[in-house]
Amino acid sequence: MATTTLAKAVNAALRAALEDDPKVVLMGEDIGRLGGVFRVTDGLQKDFGDHRVKDTPLAESGIVGTAIGLALRGYRPVVEIQFDGFVFPAYDQIVTQLAKMRARSGGRIALPVVIRIPYGGGIGAVEHHSESPEALFAHVAGLRVVSPSNAADAYTMLRQAVAGDDPVIYLEPKRRYYDKGEVDPAASPHPLHSARVIRLGRDATVLAYGPTVRTALEAAAVAEEEGTSVEVVDLRSVSPVDFDTVEASVRRTGRLVVVHEAPVFFGTGAEIAAHVTERCFDRLEAPVLRVGGFHMPYPPARTEHAYLPDLDRILDAVERVLAY
Amino acid sequence: MVQLLTPHGERVHHPDYDIEPTPGELREMYRRMALTRRVDAEGVTLQRQGELGLWPSSLGQEAAQVGSGLALRADDHVFPSYRDHGVALARQVDPLHIFRLFRGVSHGGWDPAEKNFHLYTLVIGSQVLHATGYAMGVADDDADSAVVVYFGDGATSQGDVSEAFNFAAVYDAPVVFFCQNNQWAISQGVERQSKVPIHRRAAGFGLHGVRVDGNDVLACLAVTRAAVERARQGREATLVEAFTYRMGAHTTSDDPTRYRQSAELTQWARKDPIARLEKYLLNHGWADADFVAGVGEEGDRLAQHIKESVRTMPDPDLTEFFDLTYAGEHRQVTEEREWFKEYEASFVEGS
Ligand SMILES: Cc1ncc(C[n+]2csc(CCOP(=O)(O)OP(=O)(O)O)c2C)c(N)n1
Ligand SMILES: [Mg+2]
Repeated sequence: MATTTLAKAVNAALRAALEDDPKVVLMGEDIGRLGGVFRVTDGLQKDFGDHRVKDTPLAESGIVGTAIGLALRGYRPVVEIQFDGFVFPAYDQIVTQLAKMRARSGGRIALPVVIRIPYGGGIGAVEHHSESPEALFAHVAGLRVVSPSNAADAYTMLRQAVAGDDPVIYLEPKRRYYDKGEVDPAASPHPLHSARVIRLGRDATVLAYGPTVRTALEAAAVAEEEGTSVEVVDLRSVSPVDFDTVEASVRRTGRLVVVHEAPVFFGTGAEIAAHVTERCFDRLEAPVLRVGGFHMPYPPARTEHAYLPDLDRILDAVERVLAY
Repeated sequence: MVQLLTPHGERVHHPDYDIEPTPGELREMYRRMALTRRVDAEGVTLQRQGELGLWPSSLGQEAAQVGSGLALRADDHVFPSYRDHGVALARQVDPLHIFRLFRGVSHGGWDPAEKNFHLYTLVIGSQVLHATGYAMGVADDDADSAVVVYFGDGATSQGDVSEAFNFAAVYDAPVVFFCQNNQWAISQGVERQSKVPIHRRAAGFGLHGVRVDGNDVLACLAVTRAAVERARQGREATLVEAFTYRMGAHTTSDDPTRYRQSAELTQWARKDPIARLEKYLLNHGWADADFVAGVGEEGDRLAQHIKESVRTMPDPDLTEFFDLTYAGEHRQVTEEREWFKEYEASFVEGS
């Protein structure tokens, strides 16, 4: 067991995957010599060579399209998209090919491709470097969509994603890259698509994933001081959603607030609110509330503090669900 | 490779691309390049001081940018990439606009119609199609403006860029594709982007292709002028490959020592675009030490003005951005805006 950053946990998972399976290859812009713009792939090309860790031309459609071809040939590509906003040149390949080829082939073809995307805001970046596109992928049948919130999950979830036979969109919360946590490669992992209750509480459930989990925990700690007991669920997987765990939590507290950075309108929170309402209507004391981004392009860096769901916005929503 | 001024500041001639700028015009090229370099240095400094989020340096690429920029008429339309500060200065765009973007108070920062200088585009290659479509519109309007689009060597790998080449060719669009091959796309050398010299791709698309010394402002002006002329006359579109070098880091977030040798920089430093024009001017007596010092002082004044203005640039209020999303009303935006205003106000009252 070692304490490490989320970024280094991803690196360790990639290294282990490369060691364990000669068919695993990494592809992406600047991932080799540079080690990626966030240094997540640092040292891997040096140790595994440039056939297994490929610095690609600057073309996302090319990266994903050729990863599909490599997968057809029996490889397990793990590709890096440099930033969330740059996945869209590859969106066609992801949506029309990667997601659908299994069904098109009558189940004969598996495409074990993992697409790693550093995502989310809060790093003071220019346009296209702070987006949360998870709903755009979760809406597409054939893609699994997950997002770890901490170093331990980053490690195990990536190992599981690479080992699986379906395409996985693996969203890395870039503003949490340097958050430290305990990683134990030998620990028996939770299932990839399970949600986890990471703080028990009585009065309301706050559900978050990826970068907003830490914010949710901080909000719960503040609420505690003010006498409100908040349960926190780390969703971990956006597609599929572990509604059993979510439902069990809502049945305990009777109230749910969903938090994500992505815009609320047509976002993950909407799907969760609908499901929870269907499953626990009899137990809900209040409508499910959502805290997230607004229906606008991600704004310039000097305003993002107001755009991003922060501790106050979560506490405000908790207060509102409790007011019912 | 078209060259009119050697790295030593000696004038050479070319059978197809020759121009004889007046001493006054040469001094103006020098001035714009020197100001570009000074503004760019201020960008790096202000980022280091925490006043900007990011700065992509144009260091070393002044000749490519200023030379090509000066080849255009006011009605010609420019689609820049994101490190084309020299083109902006050649177009007389207020450099402060660029600082708005990189400070993070605006995604755009200027009115593209003001100087026919479109917004910077950060998604690699996208603007190359936009320029082509704009040029198709120019042709459909029977106008004789030209369109120039800037992009990097890395961008040539994007499908969008190849698609733009093809659209321009089949529609005879009056566009000039100005590729600054600065040898690097972040950490990737150009050999990972193209197996053949970039300008040679033109032939396969039915474009006119030419490689120019991108550190030679005269050659860049001459080649772009010819390409623009070709565009105006409705002849084939041109792919210009300006062979240059990114002397700085990719951006202030980048550490180039991880992927390139300092010997390469030393080699390219000898081809500096400003030094060679300075030599040429001084050797012919078309400029003197006073002129050079004067330009330096002008640059310092401009940098000082930028520094003061950037430091006092107010942060916008998020409320402004709700209404920028749509031309007309959108109910959810209205609801969210009103909710946000109330929410913000609750803090003012509550505290
Ligand atoms: C579609 C897309 N993918 C990735 C990036 C990240 N990125 C920003 S600049 C850059 C390299 C661009 O190289 P080049 O086109 O040669 O232009 P230069 O930076 O050298 O001016 C990359 C990969 C991006 N901005 N857009
Ligand atoms: Mg380049």
